[in-house]
Amino acid sequence: MEDISRLQEKLRAGGDAKYHEKNKESGKLFARKRIELLIDAGSFIEDGLFANCMNEGLPADGVVTGLGMVEGRKVAIMANDSTVKAGSWGARTVEKILRLQETAQQLQIPVFYLVDSAGARITDQIEMFPGRRGAGRIFYNEARLSGKIPQICLLFGPSAAGGAYIPAFCDLLIMVDGNASMYLGSPRMAESVIGEKVTLEEMGGARMHCTDSGVGDILVSDEPAAIEQAKKYLRFVPQNEKEAPPKVKGIAPATACAALKDKVPQQDNKAYNMREVLDAVVDAGSIFELKELYAKELITVLARIDGAPVGILANQPMVKGGVLFVNSSDKAARFIQLCSAWGIPILFLSDVPGFMIGSKIEKEGMIRAGAKLIYALSNARVPKIQLIVRKAFGAGLYAMSGPAFGSDCVLALPTAQVAVMGPEPAINAVYFNKMAEMKPEEKAAFLKEKTAEYQKEINILRIAGELIVDAMIDFSQIRDELVKRLRFYDRPKEPMSAPGIMPM
Amino acid sequence: MAKIKSEMAGTVLEIKVKVGDTVTKGQEVAVVESMKMEVPLQADVAGKVSKILKNAGDFLNEGEALIELA
Repeated sequence: MEDISRLQEKLRAGGDAKYHEKNKESGKLFARKRIELLIDAGSFIEDGLFANCMNEGLPADGVVTGLGMVEGRKVAIMANDSTVKAGSWGARTVEKILRLQETAQQLQIPVFYLVDSAGARITDQIEMFPGRRGAGRIFYNEARLSGKIPQICLLFGPSAAGGAYIPAFCDLLIMVDGNASMYLGSPRMAESVIGEKVTLEEMGGARMHCTDSGVGDILVSDEPAAIEQAKKYLRFVPQNEKEAPPKVKGIAPATACAALKDKVPQQDNKAYNMREVLDAVVDAGSIFELKELYAKELITVLARIDGAPVGILANQPMVKGGVLFVNSSDKAARFIQLCSAWGIPILFLSDVPGFMIGSKIEKEGMIRAGAKLIYALSNARVPKIQLIVRKAFGAGLYAMSGPAFGSDCVLALPTAQVAVMGPEPAINAVYFNKMAEMKPEEKAAFLKEKTAEYQKEINILRIAGELIVDAMIDFSQIRDELVKRLRFYDRPKEPMSAPGIMPM
Repeated sequence: MAKIKSEMAGTVLEIKVKVGDTVTKGQEVAVVESMKMEVPLQADVAGKVSKILKNAGDFLNEGEALIELA
């Protein structure tokens, strides 16, 4: 009779000691240690430990899969074991991942993908790559599960070629600086196929993906930090799309909103730090920021207001004037979809000069990206509040959940301005020919006079008088107003409609 | 040699340093006006200003350098 306990122990030890040593040198933990840090002690139930057990050197076929509890909540976990053939995928590796996804779907629980894999095992390609239950099915499942159950990826090492799509389909991707990487073709392949000489870090490093490509959501310095961030995210989202997101006891903000009066400039062209507004609005210490390093002209955070989760999109006048670009529009659209899937109300802090203009951005597809943002906004299934902090110009008003976009309410501060465009471009547009004939001093006086008239036209009290905004509030009232309104608007998500044809 | 580049297309409104000045990382070195906003331009590395490539009032494209650091 086989000594199962001894075999289990052997299989749980993973690959050869030299690979464990190598991982240790680069600050990487063993796959089972990662799971241990993630879940509640003793809660792990494993399937497929004996996968490929008749073949020496392939313990568990290079992936650990099972169920466990995270802070008392049921989750499904897969973790590549990079000590076994560099975490590469054979036929049973793929089968184990597929079964884990199917179990998560059956149980309606979140999935954690702990990725550290060299990709397909080329020697096994016919068995693991092309077929109905080949690797492609993993991505198919991820796409079908998207927005139904939370899918969280912690990227600890490489995620190469097709494997790079596991992280890309998750709602949240956390990457460890220096170790995590994603790329479709390695630097060696890039050199041989297209002649480019590039380092792995430049090509697909964690920092690059969190800053430039925008695939990564959160950059962390080490693995325990990645696990901590994943747990923080889970605290904001429900087990599945049918449940409501968890609430906790509320706490006061870190700063008083009355003080914002001196921080938000009245003049609409001056920069200031929108993060100060965030700090005065949300529960102290509750901010969980996504894509902090990417498209920084728009801030996207999950946070709490009186203990209830809220997703906040805030224009950042400190960066690129808070103007919306292609990347910030993509960032906004995705964040809105995330909040909508998990039933998290959205607060829009608006101070936006509009979408970027000029030939360069038009060629990049600004209209397409802007349409994507407005499409996501229009189809969001959760309460939406727009707070006009200062400017809401042009289609920026629309993009930040303006009055026409099904917002539960539009609130305006005394600094708010709502217009198709700011005074100067508007006057130029209307009086271009007339002004072209004027002498410089005459033109300056004319511009001054027309600016005063225009400002009167777009004065926020006039806008409020026309019922374009639902309420005017003072700086000191922001937090209380939001607490009361969010409490009131709290309701189940609207049912999902047909997906439509999203511009992208 | 590092270059301080504009993140967006606009007009140089003000240059806050001169050749020979030492700048620290994150220091505001210029203001670019774009989309009727004053957009601060910050040094992303520390260094000594060796060249100023544009004057106030000049157009600066996205990604174009304004200042060179030695």
